[in-house]
Amino acid sequence: MKTPQSRFLGIVLLVIALVGLLPIVFNSPTMREEVFLILMLIVLASSVNIIMGYTGYVSFGHIVFFGLGGYVAFYLMQTFQVHLVLATVAGGLVASAFAFLLGTPVLRLRGAYFALATIGINEAVRTFVNNFEPFGGSVGMFFNFSVYDAYGGAANALWFTYDVLIVVTLLTIAASFWIKKSKFGLGLMAIREDQDAAQVLGINAARYKVRAFTISAFFSGAVGALFFFKNGIIEPNIAFDLVRSIEGLVMVMLGGFGTVIGPVIGAAVYELLRSTLITAPPLNLGFTIIEFSNFHLFIAGFLLLLIVLFVTSGAVGLLRQRVPVLRRYLE
Amino acid sequence: MDPNLQALLASLIDGLMLGFIYGIAAMGLTLIFGVMRVVNLSHGAVIALGMFGVYIGTTSFGLNPYLGLVLVLALGLGFGIVMYFVSIHRVIDAPELTTLLATYAADLMIIGLGTAAFTTTQRAVDVNLGTFQAGAITILGTRVAAALIAGLMTAGLYLFLYRTHIGKSIRAVANNRSAAELMGINTTWVLALSFGIGIMLAAVSGGLIATILSFTILSGSAFQLKSFVIVVLGGLGSPTGALLGGIILGLLEGLIPVIRLPLIGSIPFGWVPVIEYVFFVLILLVRPKGLLGARA
Repeated sequence: MKTPQSRFLGIVLLVIALVGLLPIVFNSPTMREEVFLILMLIVLASSVNIIMGYTGYVSFGHIVFFGLGGYVAFYLMQTFQVHLVLATVAGGLVASAFAFLLGTPVLRLRGAYFALATIGINEAVRTFVNNFEPFGGSVGMFFNFSVYDAYGGAANALWFTYDVLIVVTLLTIAASFWIKKSKFGLGLMAIREDQDAAQVLGINAARYKVRAFTISAFFSGAVGALFFFKNGIIEPNIAFDLVRSIEGLVMVMLGGFGTVIGPVIGAAVYELLRSTLITAPPLNLGFTIIEFSNFHLFIAGFLLLLIVLFVTSGAVGLLRQRVPVLRRYLE
Repeated sequence: MDPNLQALLASLIDGLMLGFIYGIAAMGLTLIFGVMRVVNLSHGAVIALGMFGVYIGTTSFGLNPYLGLVLVLALGLGFGIVMYFVSIHRVIDAPELTTLLATYAADLMIIGLGTAAFTTTQRAVDVNLGTFQAGAITILGTRVAAALIAGLMTAGLYLFLYRTHIGKSIRAVANNRSAAELMGINTTWVLALSFGIGIMLAAVSGGLIATILSFTILSGSAFQLKSFVIVVLGGLGSPTGALLGGIILGLLEGLIPVIRLPLIGSIPFGWVPVIEYVFFVLILLVRPKGLLGARA
């Protein structure tokens, strides 16, 4: 089936694969680190977009799945020398299982109550892990260097992680596209627009929402596993960082709520902006010196406020409104 | 007196006093939600600003911390009103997600500027009001003062909401905004004022916390989460519920580390927040209208 949208999806996947290949072609670890972060954020933003953008449930504490996936995978690799690919799948599955168990009660809540509950869950898990000795408590865990031996040393292990991340990113976007285009996705969007009406029309809202939540959690969990393997260290305040969670929402809003490509653009733009600000040389105004690195939070906030107040539909939404031709392609 | 009982009593009193201080921050949060259905995610940032207001007042201008608190109160009110017009007024009728993100944007901006200005080093306000001795129990004067001020603020808020004309307009708007507007109430100003008061309460509670604990610019977020727990305990939108929720939380925090359970023994202090958050999620799930089920 060659619809304009599926052709568009092909192009998006191709572009991401090409950008992903750049550091490999140039054999540049610094470039790889930058692209790694961008791809990771693309996965996180796309993942939260499934429950927030398609279904209309704002999961403020979505990072709990990232942290949980990271911890489970880290523990498996550290203690049982499980291979990275298996550990990544395991991390994603545990995050999914957690979402599935929580989903039924939590997704009954609507609006602000749901958002607050997800914050509460993230904080409960963070403080729990802080005290949980098998996961190293508040100190966290760090790898013994021998863990990397199975991949031909630390340097090769990092490249291998990166390759896996490219695959995970492509899978995430394909899944996001498939959900949006499927009957399932249509049901989710009906729930987003009017849950009661959707139920009257025969959509099993509870089951749909839990399924969306479970799928969404898988990708966050998997990418958490990759990120913390690359870092070689994991600790509760970094794994369950609420700021990162909400940055994910900012990316979705920036690119375009409920679209496939929106979170991709949002994540890439946000991360490029952040890294530019952090590495920008200080500006000397004579009476004071402005360190841009301190201002990235302020600028993120300012940007978010502008979007929320004036461009609620994000970059992709704006394009779709202004340039009708693009509606056939942009998803 | 039995030393165990003494320790229990001391932590009960400590918890009760902390509860009052938590309570006023939560009252601000619940007032804002009750009047305009906005969950204010910048509450923690404002609490931190309150802390730094008192800190700067004492270190840079040599003010008495309690005089600085008055200044924080006035500035907080003004800041809240400005914040309302900048970040909320335009989207007041939009879905909850929009206002959540708008207040979070304000939070990022405050924390971003605050981190740039103050760094994240630990600060403390130097204030000493001696101690009170009740039998074998010693209570810090600063804690008593903070709890008293918090109590006064609560009483003041109650009188304001129930006895003054403006207070009644605020309650009318909380009850039904369009009807209030039809009765000739300028709802825009009432909303701005309510937000201002909510922010003011957060700033004052921050200032009070600064007189008893050390803090950084990021400390506010822990107290914001506590405010959420309290507000959910007492029922979103209910100021009296918030005070009660604050006291419950304060007592829990005081009690959990000292009680001895059969089988497990004592609960290590680190587990207190875990219990709080699990409790929070459970209440949301079971009784989303709060334990009291009250409405403003």
